[in-house]
Amino acid sequence: MAAEIGQLALILAFLTALFQGAAPFVGGAPLQASTRIAALVQGGLILIAFLSLTYAHAVSDFSVVNVVENSHSAKPFAYKLSGVWGNHEGSMLLWALILALYGAALAVSNRFSTLKAMTLSVQGMIAAAFIAFILFTSNPFARVFPAPADGMDLNPLLQVPGLAIHPPFLDLGYVGFSLTFAYAVAGLITGKVDAAWARAVRPWALAAWVFLTIGIALGSWWAYYELGWGGFWAWDPVENASFMPWLAGTALIHSIRVVEKREALKVWTVLLAIMAFSLSLVGTFLVRSGVLTSVHAFAVDPTRGVFILAILAAVTGGSLALFALRAPLLQSRAGFQPVSREGAILLNNVFLVTACATVFIGTFYPLFVDVLTGTRISVGAPYFNASFLPFMAMMLVFLAPGAALAWKKGRLKAAIDRLWPALAAAGAIGVIAAWLSWPGPVIAALGAGLAIWAGGGAILDLLIRIKAFSSPLGAALGRIATLPRAYLGMTIAHIGLAVVIIGVIGAGAWRTEVVRFMEPGDVISVGGFDVRLERVVEEPGPNYTAERAVFSVERGGATLRNLTTERRFYPVRAMQTTEAGIWTMARGDLYLTLGEKSETAGWAVRAFFNPFAVWMWIGAGLMALGGGVAAARAPRRLTRRVQTVDSASTAAVATSAQGAIT
Amino acid sequence: MSRMVFLAPLALFVVLGIYFAVGLTRDPSYMPSALIDKPLPVFDLAAIEGVELGFATRDLDGEVALINFFGSWCISCIVEHPVLMDIAAREDVIIAGIDWKDEPGAGARWLEQRGNPYTLIGDDPTGRTAIDFGITGAPETFIIDRKGRIRYRFAGPITPLIWKRDLKPLVEQLRQEGDDAP
Repeated sequence: MAAEIGQLALILAFLTALFQGAAPFVGGAPLQASTRIAALVQGGLILIAFLSLTYAHAVSDFSVVNVVENSHSAKPFAYKLSGVWGNHEGSMLLWALILALYGAALAVSNRFSTLKAMTLSVQGMIAAAFIAFILFTSNPFARVFPAPADGMDLNPLLQVPGLAIHPPFLDLGYVGFSLTFAYAVAGLITGKVDAAWARAVRPWALAAWVFLTIGIALGSWWAYYELGWGGFWAWDPVENASFMPWLAGTALIHSIRVVEKREALKVWTVLLAIMAFSLSLVGTFLVRSGVLTSVHAFAVDPTRGVFILAILAAVTGGSLALFALRAPLLQSRAGFQPVSREGAILLNNVFLVTACATVFIGTFYPLFVDVLTGTRISVGAPYFNASFLPFMAMMLVFLAPGAALAWKKGRLKAAIDRLWPALAAAGAIGVIAAWLSWPGPVIAALGAGLAIWAGGGAILDLLIRIKAFSSPLGAALGRIATLPRAYLGMTIAHIGLAVVIIGVIGAGAWRTEVVRFMEPGDVISVGGFDVRLERVVEEPGPNYTAERAVFSVERGGATLRNLTTERRFYPVRAMQTTEAGIWTMARGDLYLTLGEKSETAGWAVRAFFNPFAVWMWIGAGLMALGGGVAAARAPRRLTRRVQTVDSASTAAVATSAQGAIT
Repeated sequence: MSRMVFLAPLALFVVLGIYFAVGLTRDPSYMPSALIDKPLPVFDLAAIEGVELGFATRDLDGEVALINFFGSWCISCIVEHPVLMDIAAREDVIIAGIDWKDEPGAGARWLEQRGNPYTLIGDDPTGRTAIDFGITGAPETFIIDRKGRIRYRFAGPITPLIWKRDLKPLVEQLRQEGDDAP
């Protein structure tokens, strides 16, 4: 019964979305206003559909094909729930749900305007396309007769908490860019892309970017801690698929600021908004449709691929055609000085988009070669490192002084004069890092210096702004609250970026790795520690048998702690997994894994020391926090130009801010 | 001129779209198996309950044959089964089956209900042999030549079209090969 309710709700949601998409174009003001109600109704209906599927999974209704293929009656309850989106059909439904929820959130926020009606209409069209895709090619509510006695279960590697919550975050990011896309298209239709437009779009762009940042960080965290190979990023197509919209989205949240402050870069910003969502679509779908990776034939259905391509052609092709027609009408109002904040942001955009293009080419090159010559090749990490990292390095060079430049017309020399201590610290740390890591790559030390320059410059600029060098500590800290939120968020995110880069350089370039066959009692030294294999024992688990190795970590003869690592064998699935033993410290991770036992030499033990690894995720957290701070509405100050109040919800904030001032 | 600049993104996208469209026509289940041209893995599987003969590597000596992995739990196998029945009835080719990770008795019930297209059939309840073959899912089918080498791997359910277009010509060619150079 639940499945039929879900099916019906999905069909009704489809019809509602069609109405939502068409209403502003066929009717006048009353129909425009009805898009709002349509968005809310559509959100409710998709929610019902999603809950129906969740119910079918929760009670293990094996008459539903989707449940049979992805669940098992004995699976832990939490994974029954995560199994709802752990498969193609369910994840599409989650996608549609998030899309509808974003639409509903937009419908209830802010004052109503023609721009918003148009935006909701574009959202409705996207929703209609995706619900149609679900209904016609990926129906999660299909029944099977006769119902099998039990399901096929989910791969145990996938039954971990990190993987259960990481796809929804990615989806929140991908789909969030649908709103900025819808705004961009609505801006093209109405011909008005101005400061008000940018103010309306910016929080949504930031929200999507924050979610995508968290999603990517969780994915890499899972790879690092669960997969037991010691790495955190492999440049594989699925990872790149989430990274490309992130790069485009990062460019977007910067350029939107220029539209808001200076009413310039309008055409470019609209194009970025289209790009960010198109790359999200490419990311979510082309990877799954079988165009890119050779997934198993069971999951690939040619009609799905064609449908997806049709949606992509309509969304991206349609919006770019509209762009070609209407973008020439978007006139920039302000003049543009190369040495200015907007100039720096443009430079940042050029680097980000070029870096994104190199990732795109690397990801799709195998497809291009396959189409042209019929041979299958793969592009590996060396290409990506060599082509992507230089752009990131150049971006870091300009980050701190660029962020310190004034809008309109800045002075580069003044900015550098201001930030010279950070430059000096960067140089010193670069030299020290090169010396300490010798004979490690000098380029990595250079990267560390750049990260210090970018992060240190951001911190220094903040300290100067709050007059930390010329006033008492309390007064200086008090000034933090008065800083514009956009500035504060930017600074936090930039510091976060520098921290991530330190972590990436540490765990990527400065890692030390020792592989040795060990008998109990043997000692290897790695990262300044002596690691002694104490014993290896057989341990039966609930559905596996494990070989558990206990190591003691010593330094200078004193035992610091024990670390255990396991190799598990699942007889039913004939699968082997590795549980790495990891000691996370601020200065690095000691990372041990146990390999095969050789007949003569003992156990193969792989030991890594990954300097600064944990800072990658702390930095990513800071970036997300910065995005959140920037998205939060700033308390309005009287010194600022009076702006049109575009929200009832800010009224309370505005009143309290005024109260504080008067 | 400036007008053309605004058309550039669309033009770029159209080119990409063409690549994607052509890419879609490539068969993603074509996976160059590492086992191609390698001898069959060595196995000796017991018969499934209710069927007399088992299935071992040497049983196929000198024959061109299809080895089909299936399971009663596999939904795609329901779709594939009638196609296999049809091939077995009409074509002169040996189809050997490996019942992959099935409950005791489930394989026999499956064949009883739907008919038996397999000349030889082995039971692989633990999935050990499937690992040697590098199976990624059920159903999957391998074609071996007279020298016992794996020549082709097909992942996913065989459809009449795939049989006619890809598998049958290969089977006939392999037979020819064997006759020319015994």
